[in-house]
Amino acid sequence: MAEMLVSDLKVIVFQLNDKEYAVPVEQVKSIEKIMHITRVPHTYSFVKGVMNLRGVVTPLIDLRVRFGLEEQAYSESTRVIIVSVEDKEVGLIVDGANDVIDIPSSMIEPPPVIVGITAEGFINGVANLDKRLLIVIDLVNILETDEINAL
Amino acid sequence: MELNQYLEVFIEESKEHLQACNEQLLELEKNPDDLMIINEIFRSAHTLKGMSATMGYEDLASLTHQMENVLDAIRNSRLKTTPEILDVIFMAVDHLEDMVQSIAAGGDGKKNVTETVEKLKLIEKGELVVTSAKPEVAATTAVDTPILSNYDEFELTVLKQSKEQGFGVYEIAIALREDCLLKAARVYMVFEVLEKIGEVIKSSPSVDQLEEEQFDQEFSVTIVSKENPEDIKGMIMKVSEVVKTEVKSLEFSELSNVTELEVHSINDNSEVQSDDPSLISSAPADRPQVEEKKNNGKQNNSNKTIRVNIERLDILMNLFEELVIDRGRLEQISKDLENTELTETVERMSRISGDLQNIILNMRMVQVETVFNRFPRMVRQLARDLNKKINLEIVGAETELDRTVIDEIGDPLVHLLRNSVDHGIESPEERRTKGKYEEGTVVLRAFHSGNHVFIEIEDDGAGISKEKVLKKAISKGIITEQAAAGFTDKQAYELILSSGFSTAEKISDISGRGVGLDVVKNTIESLGGTISIDSKENKGTIFSIQLPLTLSIISVMLVEIQKEKFAIPLSSIIETAIIKDSEIMNAHNQKVIDFRGKVVPLVFLKDIFEVPSELVEDHFHSVIIVRKGDKMAGLIVDSFIGQQEVVLKSLGNYLTNVFAISGATILGDGQAALIVDCNALIK
Repeated sequence: MAEMLVSDLKVIVFQLNDKEYAVPVEQVKSIEKIMHITRVPHTYSFVKGVMNLRGVVTPLIDLRVRFGLEEQAYSESTRVIIVSVEDKEVGLIVDGANDVIDIPSSMIEPPPVIVGITAEGFINGVANLDKRLLIVIDLVNILETDEINAL
Repeated sequence: MELNQYLEVFIEESKEHLQACNEQLLELEKNPDDLMIINEIFRSAHTLKGMSATMGYEDLASLTHQMENVLDAIRNSRLKTTPEILDVIFMAVDHLEDMVQSIAAGGDGKKNVTETVEKLKLIEKGELVVTSAKPEVAATTAVDTPILSNYDEFELTVLKQSKEQGFGVYEIAIALREDCLLKAARVYMVFEVLEKIGEVIKSSPSVDQLEEEQFDQEFSVTIVSKENPEDIKGMIMKVSEVVKTEVKSLEFSELSNVTELEVHSINDNSEVQSDDPSLISSAPADRPQVEEKKNNGKQNNSNKTIRVNIERLDILMNLFEELVIDRGRLEQISKDLENTELTETVERMSRISGDLQNIILNMRMVQVETVFNRFPRMVRQLARDLNKKINLEIVGAETELDRTVIDEIGDPLVHLLRNSVDHGIESPEERRTKGKYEEGTVVLRAFHSGNHVFIEIEDDGAGISKEKVLKKAISKGIITEQAAAGFTDKQAYELILSSGFSTAEKISDISGRGVGLDVVKNTIESLGGTISIDSKENKGTIFSIQLPLTLSIISVMLVEIQKEKFAIPLSSIIETAIIKDSEIMNAHNQKVIDFRGKVVPLVFLKDIFEVPSELVEDHFHSVIIVRKGDKMAGLIVDSFIGQQEVVLKSLGNYLTNVFAISGATILGDGQAALIVDCNALIK
């Protein structure tokens, strides 16, 4: 049983700019359609605002902006992945999310060095599954705001 | 372990007992001869000891035990209560509190308390010289004086006589094997052996307890016998499953040190109960009796309450908040549909949920006493450290406040009290020369008024010197000299709340470490409260804190700025108005209006919140006049939506410290709206 847990990583797959990313299932609380966003002034550019998630005011991060990709208008397929890391709960706005798969941990390789500089710190590893390249994101770093505050 | 389920109860009750100890000790200081009080403390300490021993917190138990011994000595008039003794007991209680804290935080409750234990032991030894008034002197001479305390008189006589008749007095520590199944049987066998060779004078735990197996692996027995120690040991070791036997020959002078620990714990149980009636009847005044009655009353009350985990109350509150949101939505729908039946039902539901809201809010109300009760201790300690004489009066401790406020208010109050004690109250000499009583008075007062709770800290000390404050503020660059000239007394006093200000010339570690009263001010404002100061030189100072009753459900004015909705707390709004373009004037690049004869600066929320412009500007502006203390500002918005009760929610742990936003709420249509923090907008 314990071996199973170690060897397999269950992830939610989502898309950004036609690339596929993965986030471990245990960090995900739910996947939502985009709802009314209330803008919050004076915060980071990638924080789009807050949303009423069944009575909980949840901050939303536009992952495109966070990763330094160009912004895009939200569409029908736009999804919000509600993640919870440590004591923080935020929603990640992504182009689409529709898959849950198991990645054998042996398939996950450390991030290649040549990946774009902005995104580098946000990546935990890369998994190659039948020519499908999945980028496993590092939520802790994505939610970390200390370095930005320091700037 | 199955003990875990009791841990919570243990922690709660320990805290209560420690608090009781603290309170009673303070009482005791005022009436050092009141045996009733000592009994109260003793009972608390005793229960605490029992509980912690059961829970396996040995350090806690042993320290309590030592403290108990000293209390016992006081109770039996072998020791006189002196401030020095109380200091040590207070210290012990402090340690105990730390331990309980550590246990509550998931720790093991271990702490190095040998120093305190030593001190307590020293004090206790001081008891030996009954006639000496000063126990600390007695402590040095104690060793060679015969003890009278550890065994009751009867036992002592027996021991003495046995000694005189050539018997040896031995204390025997016996340990059974850990896997011993029939402990009582082994004990019986040991006793049988002992009774053959001598007479058992005492055992710890008591024989009854031993027979009921109420002990771990070890117990000790005191016997008189003519056998020599080695033989006794050998005989006991023959009993199977006994792993260790230590036989000590006791001289009377040693008795206190070696055996008191065990012996006392037996005495305590029986003594507490048996002593009580006699104490009440022999008590000097009728005061103790009154107190006894009070206690009875308390007990009756406590039967009618239940303990509820605060988390559960929070969950209840959260669920109710959801309901309030839906209630808002329903009200909206029924208004739109104009169906009489629906409207009636919704109205009825609103009324009921309104009542429910009151009840839930009341349930979360906590008496400020829970915060206040640690202050007498603190003030006492401060006063002693500073060599001042201070009397702390607490008024209105039963005033209730929301738990969220209670949790936050402690630190600011500590700060203010320290400030009053350190800077406010003068030294006894100074007070004498000023013609005041040597003892300074600090009054801590709490009361309700309207939708607010006021907490005041009043001292009859030196007061605030306006000149000094102004001079200091100018030198620190907080204000300019020109501005200073126009300051009223109140304005000047409030300067001491600004950051980077500390008037005390001497930096002491009581207060004035640079982190000044501005922290207090910030905390109170973040709670939606205000603080003001009034002072008369050489007469004293009053710090007055105004706090909202509750933080979770507030009344707001909903406004629209372009297409965004914001909520402004009603508590800071004075009034609303509509002004024309022509009424806006310019003063130093600052747009102002003349509002009822006052010049009020305008704040364009659209600019502050960087709201994207989508609608054309009007020539009329909706303005909300808000205040913070004496200052006012006019917030320009696009339109008013109306007044509403909303549930205050935080933006979560990810977004903290957003400028001028104190939180968010959820409106009837399901959208989130931000709540404006007016205090941040007025500088």
